[in-house]
Amino acid sequence: MSIEAILLLVASAIFVNNFVLAKFLGICPFIGVSKQLDSAIGMGMAVTFVLTLSSIVTFLVYKYLLVPFEIQYLKTIAFILVIASLVQLVEMIIEKVSPSLYKSLGIYLPLITTNCAVLGAATINVQKKFDLLYSSVYGFGAGLGFTLALILMAGLRERMEDSRIPRVLRGTPIAFITAGLMSLAFMGFVGMIKE
Amino acid sequence: MKNFTRGIFKENPIFILLLGLCPTLAVTTKVINGIGMGVATMFVLFFANLVVSLIRGFVPAKIRIPIFIVVIASFVTIVDLVLQAFIPSMADALGIFIPLIVVNCVILGRAEAFASKNKPAASMLDGLGMAIGFMLALILLSFFREILGSGTLTLQIDLFGKSIGTIIKIPFLMKHKALVMIFPPGAFLTLGLLMGYFNSRKKEPNPNTNVYTLMTSHIAKRKSFNNGW
Repeated sequence: MSIEAILLLVASAIFVNNFVLAKFLGICPFIGVSKQLDSAIGMGMAVTFVLTLSSIVTFLVYKYLLVPFEIQYLKTIAFILVIASLVQLVEMIIEKVSPSLYKSLGIYLPLITTNCAVLGAATINVQKKFDLLYSSVYGFGAGLGFTLALILMAGLRERMEDSRIPRVLRGTPIAFITAGLMSLAFMGFVGMIKE
Repeated sequence: MKNFTRGIFKENPIFILLLGLCPTLAVTTKVINGIGMGVATMFVLFFANLVVSLIRGFVPAKIRIPIFIVVIASFVTIVDLVLQAFIPSMADALGIFIPLIVVNCVILGRAEAFASKNKPAASMLDGLGMAIGFMLALILLSFFREILGSGTLTLQIDLFGKSIGTIIKIPFLMKHKALVMIFPPGAFLTLGLLMGYFNSRKKEPNPNTNVYTLMTSHIAKRKSFNNGW
């Protein structure tokens, strides 16, 4: 395992296999929170933080709890419980330790439990048999990819507020069409990294 | 009866409520995958609604969400194991989106908004209607994507080593494939255009009911928020 491999893994999670635009994970918040730039940034940071942390914790739970007892088939239940309690814990810790950070990230944290990117990353880590370092790096890269897509989308949607759009396409439909075009652009990165 | 039909048209989870979009976009490359995902979701939604409705009397309000999630996750595990055992080809095609049914907002949304407040019979009907609405949307989306992207309509499933059903082939479209439709961009474009079409059939514009938009505005109003999410 080298620095190069780690950097490639991050780049692949951000560009080639972007969680939102290529893997369709986390579409609900991507459409729901991309109306304003500052809330998009807040959501992106919160998701990146929780994704990294939950990748580490779910890896540990899988390796040291589920595998020794041979109950891997319970991984979905175990992971979602771990993620839900982790999110709650992070929320409480941030609230106590840094009220200013809580003010900017706090309102997004409760929503992250139902963000499929978090459970998706945990499941992919197990499927690809990543070790602890790779899992955490992959979670972090996936979070960055989500943040990038969300911020780009929010910037575009803020501009679209003032543009003339056919009445029937206003709101969510045009957001999906924009996402389609962004996804098309991101397909240009395919071939950058061979997996 | 209203409980049943509401989910199919008036409050279609995908086109109106904007819930459960991740699996919708991801698995709709073939019609059969759309049907498979729809059936899997239907099973989970039906039984999760039933169980949540049955236990609604004695679930403490503060920890209801984690309890609902555990109920849902149990049924998802059943679906996951059954698919892997009996229809492995379908399990491969749907991939990680089977475990991700747990975080499909349609299911948690219905458990929270309907089943936790209504009687079992009504909740079962609601779950069934929502699931049918979800499945119809998946079939519609995969119909356009597959027919334009590969020129076929796959209605074939491998069960116990035998292939059941057929693959409808359209020679002209098979010669002139729009490959982009089965790649990720095609999913976004098709869904956006279909939503636009359904908007054009209605008088009033869509109420924005995306759970994230709703909650962020709701939370921003209340500033403090702590009820177990």
